Amino acid sequence: MPLTGIEIFKLLPKTNCGKCGVPTCLAFAMQLAAGKADLNACPTVSEETKAKLSEASAPPIRPLTIGTGNRAIKVGGETVLFRHEKRFENPTGLAILITDTMAESDVEARINRLNNLIYDRVGLTLRPEMAALRADSGKVESFVALINKVKTQSDCSLILISQDADILTAGVKACAERKPLIYAATAANAATIGALAREAGCPVAVKGANLDEIAGLTDQLTKIGIKDIVIDSGARSVKQVFEDQIFIRKAALAKTRSLGFPTIVFACDMTQDPMKEALIASLAIAKYAAIVVLSDFQGHALFPLLVERLNLYTDPQKPLATKEGIYEIGGPNENSPVLLTSNFSLTYFIVSGEIENSKVPAYLLVKDTEGLSVMTAWAAGKFVADVIAPFVKKCGITDKIKHRKLIIPGYAASESGGLEEELPDWKIEVGPREAAHIPAYLKTWKAQ
Amino acid sequence: MAIVIPKTIYNGKVKEIKLGSDMQAVSVGGENCFPFYLFEGAMPHKPVIAMEVWDSGTEDWPVAALEPFKDVISDPAAWANKCISEYGAEMICLQLVSTDPNGMNRGATEAAALAKKVADAINVPLIVWGTANIEKDTEVLRAVAEACQGKNIILGPLEEKDFKKIGAAAIGYHQTVIASSPIDINLAKQLNILMGNLGIPENALLMDPTVSSIGYGIEYCYSVMERIRAAGLTQSDDKLQYPLICNISKETWKAKEAKVTEQEDPLMGDAKKRGILLEAMSALILALAGGNILVMRHPEAIKLIKGILDELYVPSK
Ligand code: SF4
Repeated sequence: MPLTGIEIFKLLPKTNCGKCGVPTCLAFAMQLAAGKADLNACPTVSEETKAKLSEASAPPIRPLTIGTGNRAIKVGGETVLFRHEKRFENPTGLAILITDTMAESDVEARINRLNNLIYDRVGLTLRPEMAALRADSGKVESFVALINKVKTQSDCSLILISQDADILTAGVKACAERKPLIYAATAANAATIGALAREAGCPVAVKGANLDEIAGLTDQLTKIGIKDIVIDSGARSVKQVFEDQIFIRKAALAKTRSLGFPTIVFACDMTQDPMKEALIASLAIAKYAAIVVLSDFQGHALFPLLVERLNLYTDPQKPLATKEGIYEIGGPNENSPVLLTSNFSLTYFIVSGEIENSKVPAYLLVKDTEGLSVMTAWAAGKFVADVIAPFVKKCGITDKIKHRKLIIPGYAASESGGLEEELPDWKIEVGPREAAHIPAYLKTWKAQ
Repeated sequence: MAIVIPKTIYNGKVKEIKLGSDMQAVSVGGENCFPFYLFEGAMPHKPVIAMEVWDSGTEDWPVAALEPFKDVISDPAAWANKCISEYGAEMICLQLVSTDPNGMNRGATEAAALAKKVADAINVPLIVWGTANIEKDTEVLRAVAEACQGKNIILGPLEEKDFKKIGAAAIGYHQTVIASSPIDINLAKQLNILMGNLGIPENALLMDPTVSSIGYGIEYCYSVMERIRAAGLTQSDDKLQYPLICNISKETWKAKEAKVTEQEDPLMGDAKKRGILLEAMSALILALAGGNILVMRHPEAIKLIKGILDELYVPSK
C-alpha cells in the first residue's frame, strides 16, 4: 500500500521552512502522496525517511527484464487484480521448450517456429519471445552446445533450466551477455544459484514446494542483493496453479515483499495433450502468469494465445486503433465497392471480417477517429462530412477505382448530404447499420 | 515464514436459479465468491454447457464445426438429442436463425412450432435465441413463449426496446428471460431494474452482457463481466446478481481466424484445431470472468473446457 499524506507527513522534518516550494511540510506530504512532487525537493529530509518512502513507493510486483536487445521481455510491474481497476502492464512472455536431448532436426524446427511464427494484426506485430532451454542430458557439453545453437540462430530471450548447479553455471557462462533467466534456485541450492545470478547479473527463478518456502527463498536471495526474481510456485495441477497465481498476486498487492515478483507457469509439464496445454496457457495468461512455457509452438494454438494476450493486456482506457488508410480485402479491382469506417480496432476487425465473409472483394477506407467507434466518433464530430471528405480526397482511392461510389456506415447516414456537397463527383450510399448485414448488402451492390 | 493471503470480503451472492421444467431441471448460479475462488467461498454449480442447434444457416459454418452434426443438420430435434446423448450437453440453445428478416424471414408460427418440437423432444432445459431484430423477436419470441407453455424455457435476447412485450408473454406463460445489454454495466443494471418493474420474477432472469470472442473484443465483455460480479458480490448490488449467459460459440466460428485454412495461411496452423481452441479459450476466459451458462458448439471444445472446469472445481484445501 502506498503511504497516505499524513503517514508521509510524520516522516518529514516538520519545520515548514518552505524550501520545497510549498509553504508547509503537510502540503508537501500531500503532494508526495498524490505523486505530484519529488522527495528530493526537500533538502533537510533524513536518509532514513528517504529509504522508508522509496520502499513504500516501490511497485508491489518487481518489474524486470529478461534478455537483451529487440526481443528482451519486460515482466512484472503489475498493480491490480482486475484489469478494469487500471490495466495489466506487461504481457505474459511465451516460451517454447527445447531440450538438449531432442534430435537435431527437432531443435532446428523449433528454432524455426520461434523465429518465424509472426503475425500482423492492424500494424501490431504479434510473436512469441522466449526459448526455455532444458538440460535433460546431464552433460555440460550438450547443454552448452544447445545454448550456442539457439543463441546464434535466434535473438529471443532465454530461460536456462537445470537441476544441476554445475551445468547451470556452464550454461549461464555461455550466454550471460544475453541476460537469461536462470532456473531455478531451490531450497537445496539457493546459495550457489544465488551467487551465480549475482555474479552474472542475470534474473533468477525460485522454485519451492509451497508459498512459505518460496518466501523464504526470495528473502534469502534479496539479502544477498538480488532483485530480479521470478517465482515458480511449484504447482503443476490446474487447480493449484490457479490458486497460487491468485494468492501470489493478492499477497504481492498487499505488499508482502517476499512474494512481490512476477511468476512463471510450466504448462508444458501439466499435460501430455497439446490442446489441453493451450487451454491451460490461456488460463495462465488471464490469471496473472508473467511467463508461460509451452512444450511447442504450433500456429493453431499460438495464434489464439497471442491474440488473447493482446486483448487482455490492452489498456481499457485506450482502445486499440487501426492505422488510417486504404485496406484491400479479397483482391479488389477498379470496379469493386468502397466502404468507409472508423479506426476503432474492433470496428475494423468486425467490418473487415464481414467483408471477407461476403466474398465480395472490396476497399475499406479506415478514417482516423482516434480509436472511437463509428457512432461515438460521429457524436464527437470526428466522423462527419467536414473531416471525412478531405480524407477521401487525399487517401488515393480515386487512383484505384473507376466508379465514384462511397458506402458509408448506416450510423453515419445523416452525413450523406454533407458528403455529397463536399465530394461533388461522388455518389454517397448508406450501408447497413450493423456489420452483420454487410455480406447481404455487398452481394447485391453494383458499380453501375 | 508463514505467508498470509488477504481474503476478499464478499457480501452478496449470485442468485441460484432453476431452469427448465421439473423433469429437466438444471440449476445455475448461487456462488458467493469470484468464479472458482473456492478458497474464499462456495460455488454450488459449475458453469453449465448449453450446446447450440441452428434451424438454418449452417452453410456458412467452417467444415470443422459442421462435421460432428452432418447427419442431423436438417433435423433440430435429432440434432439436440445427439448433443445430449453423445456430447453431454447440459442444456440446448436453439438459435432461430431462419427468422432473420435480412435472411429467410421465416414466420413466428413456424418458429414457435419448431421450438415446441425441440422442447418436447429433449430432457434438458431449452434456450431459444432470436435474431436481435427488435420487431421480429417481439413477434417470434412471444409466439415461442406461448407454444412452449409449461416447459420453463429460456427466451432471449430481451433488449431495452423489446423487453416489455416479450417479457409480458414470458410472465404469462412462466418462462425465463435473458436481459441483454450492450457490454455496459450500467445499462445491464438498468435493464434488470426495468425487468423487475415489469414483473419478471427474480428467479426467472438471466443476464447476457453481449459477448465476443478472442480477437473481437473479448476484453470488453471480460471486464464488464468482472465488474458485474464485483458489484454483485462485494458491493451487494442485488440488481447485478443474476447468472450470466454467454452466447459465445457463434461469435468464435464466424470469425475469419476460425475459417482460414492452413493452405491459405500456413502460419495459422491446423484450421480445425484452431477453431476448437478459439472456441474453448474464449469460453474459458468468459467462465473465469463469471459466465454461468456457456453456449458452445464443437464437441471437442466442450470436452476440453469441461476437463479444465472440472479441475478448477476441485474443493480447495
Ligand atoms: S522543504 Fe522539507 S522541511 Fe521544508 S517545508 Fe518542505 S518538506 Fe518541510
